[in-house]
Amino acid sequence: MINKDDIENIKKSREAWQDNTLSKLPPCQAKFETVSDIPIKDIYTPEDIKDLDYLRDLGFPGEYPFTRGAYAPMNRGRQWVIRQVVGVGTAEETNKRHKFVMQQGQTGMSNDFDLPTLIGLDSDDPLAVGEVGRVGVSIDSLEDMEKLYNGIPLEKANHSFTINHPTVAILSMFIALVEKQGLSMEKIAGTTQNDPLKECFAMKVFVFPPKASVKMLVDTWEYAARFLPKWNISNLNGYPTRDSGGTVYHELGLTFASGIQYFDEAIKRGIDVDAIAPRISLMWYVHKDFLEEIAKFRAARRIWAKIMKERYHAINPQSWKLRMHAQTGGATYTFQQPENNIVRGTIGGMAAVLGGVQSLAIACYDEALSIPSEKAHKLSIRTQQVIAHESGVTSVVDPFAGSYYMEWLTNEVEERTWKIINDIEERGGLAVCTENGYIDRMLANQVYEYNKAVEKGEQIVVGVNAFADEEEKGKLPSEKDIFRVSSDNEEKQIASLKRLKRERNQLAVKNALDDLLRASEKNENVMPYCIAAAKAYCTEGEIIGALKKVYGEYEPSTI
Amino acid sequence: MNEKSKIRVLLAKPGLDAHDNGVKTVAFALRDAGMEVIYLGMRQTPENIVRSAFQEDVDIIGLSCHGAAIVPLGERVMKLLREKNADIPVIYGGTILNEDRDKLLSMGIKETFSPGASFSQIINSIVKLVAENQNKN
Repeated sequence: MINKDDIENIKKSREAWQDNTLSKLPPCQAKFETVSDIPIKDIYTPEDIKDLDYLRDLGFPGEYPFTRGAYAPMNRGRQWVIRQVVGVGTAEETNKRHKFVMQQGQTGMSNDFDLPTLIGLDSDDPLAVGEVGRVGVSIDSLEDMEKLYNGIPLEKANHSFTINHPTVAILSMFIALVEKQGLSMEKIAGTTQNDPLKECFAMKVFVFPPKASVKMLVDTWEYAARFLPKWNISNLNGYPTRDSGGTVYHELGLTFASGIQYFDEAIKRGIDVDAIAPRISLMWYVHKDFLEEIAKFRAARRIWAKIMKERYHAINPQSWKLRMHAQTGGATYTFQQPENNIVRGTIGGMAAVLGGVQSLAIACYDEALSIPSEKAHKLSIRTQQVIAHESGVTSVVDPFAGSYYMEWLTNEVEERTWKIINDIEERGGLAVCTENGYIDRMLANQVYEYNKAVEKGEQIVVGVNAFADEEEKGKLPSEKDIFRVSSDNEEKQIASLKRLKRERNQLAVKNALDDLLRASEKNENVMPYCIAAAKAYCTEGEIIGALKKVYGEYEPSTI
Repeated sequence: MNEKSKIRVLLAKPGLDAHDNGVKTVAFALRDAGMEVIYLGMRQTPENIVRSAFQEDVDIIGLSCHGAAIVPLGERVMKLLREKNADIPVIYGGTILNEDRDKLLSMGIKETFSPGASFSQIINSIVKLVAENQNKN
């Protein structure tokens, strides 16, 4: 903390500077704000952080409250992980990529799924037409899981599943695969995204109503706490909240409010906070306001540490430590002049690295159009390598600490985040606020205001509402500019599903689904029944269908 | 057709695509421009969209999709409208490629809007298309 007399002197001098020096040069615009509408003064001084207590509020990296970093040496010890998103069509194609990745000496295997799989539909569902295998792999049953992992030693890899509402079905198919090979899940490491609430209010790839989705999440946490010691059971994801128009404090506030809803329910179920918290990680968006993003990452670590220590009384320091992945923001990218997105990705990547993330994806420059081409994909990796090896930002930990503006902004982001968390808590928690449409309206209004500001030219978007190329105006991209996965595999996938449905043991299927239905009706933990159903080759659509009968389906409010 | 004071617009997202920011902000903008907006929501089948357009007696249909199925979904909606001899103009917003725009226009969709289209472009186009359609009848 800074001496009171010094603060008074600085204040007087600053006022004099404003009157005598600054006032002679008027600003070029009426107001200055961060991209999240936080008003910004012309200059920040020790006055603005006069209550900052270094040891209490910042401390040292790797120690509570982790403002300066999750680990002591940060990038000086080990560089962040370059983790780009990849989507591939069929189980066989993904299997080939997994094998290639293993040959390169990497052990991380990430599985992204197609839309029907993400919302619990089989490939032959009428609603799935045109979407099978388009944005990721299609998993209908344990048979597809077997194809996906054919010839891959499961215990030697780290498996990541970007799956949310159908986690109970997809994780169960993976567990069934492991157990059928005579292996134990105790030795297998991996991650499921498994963050269902944001699917209801932001990502919109949902199945179940909010409260039911939380119930099933707690089923997976309970199962993981007992049987999956090496599995990171949830990766809370703030990305879609920001991409749906939320500000930086909506992103943090709604994501932490999700975490609070999950932990509250888990603790009611008797789960020990320290059995789960060290295995939860966070994923964030990187928006275009460079300094605000750095402040966000710093604030996020401090807030999480406080939630875990003060609210849940976690005693394991690993529970207080927030590990973060970030991805530069898709909605900050533009369809027009797509090469400009390479520059946006670089600035975003720098912000994430300076904010201290553990892993990073830089969205590919063609993301505003389609899933990435190979060239765009490679450029994103090269951008990360340039930041890592050429820019010099990795040589020192948390270099912005102590900046009057950065510390003020970190405090400001934290304060606004707590307001959202507390508001939601007073309104009955995030599941309730999602079900009654409160969050939907909050985010829709925010994105409308932003778009109006863009249209009026208050928010400049380079190449769109300013500096647009005359010849580009009204021009649409064409098929040759973008990369699309073919839909040839849809028929094959459906044929193989139909064959499976004919050839499997029908009685075993029926019994497994009956058991699952009864267990759901009694509100038991559904995991053991889902695993049994997976082993009997019940399809994802059948497993999720049985659960829908009991837990219902989510219908979002239409604003 | 009776002179209506307010233009009635049906907005819907056909298919499984989950990107609903665009359609929701357009709904707000059309409401602020004095139109009556019926937003059906996500995961709508073409059948339900056409049925609702009749039930709600709308002047125009706006589809929104940012997924892989933009063209087949538009085709299905237009086919169902033709089968019912319906004369309701249809506009389509989304990540629409040049080639896809041509396909959509050739199947009778009146206008398409890609990311970057302004609210005023969309509003003006709706006003014009609805007026043309009413004069024709």
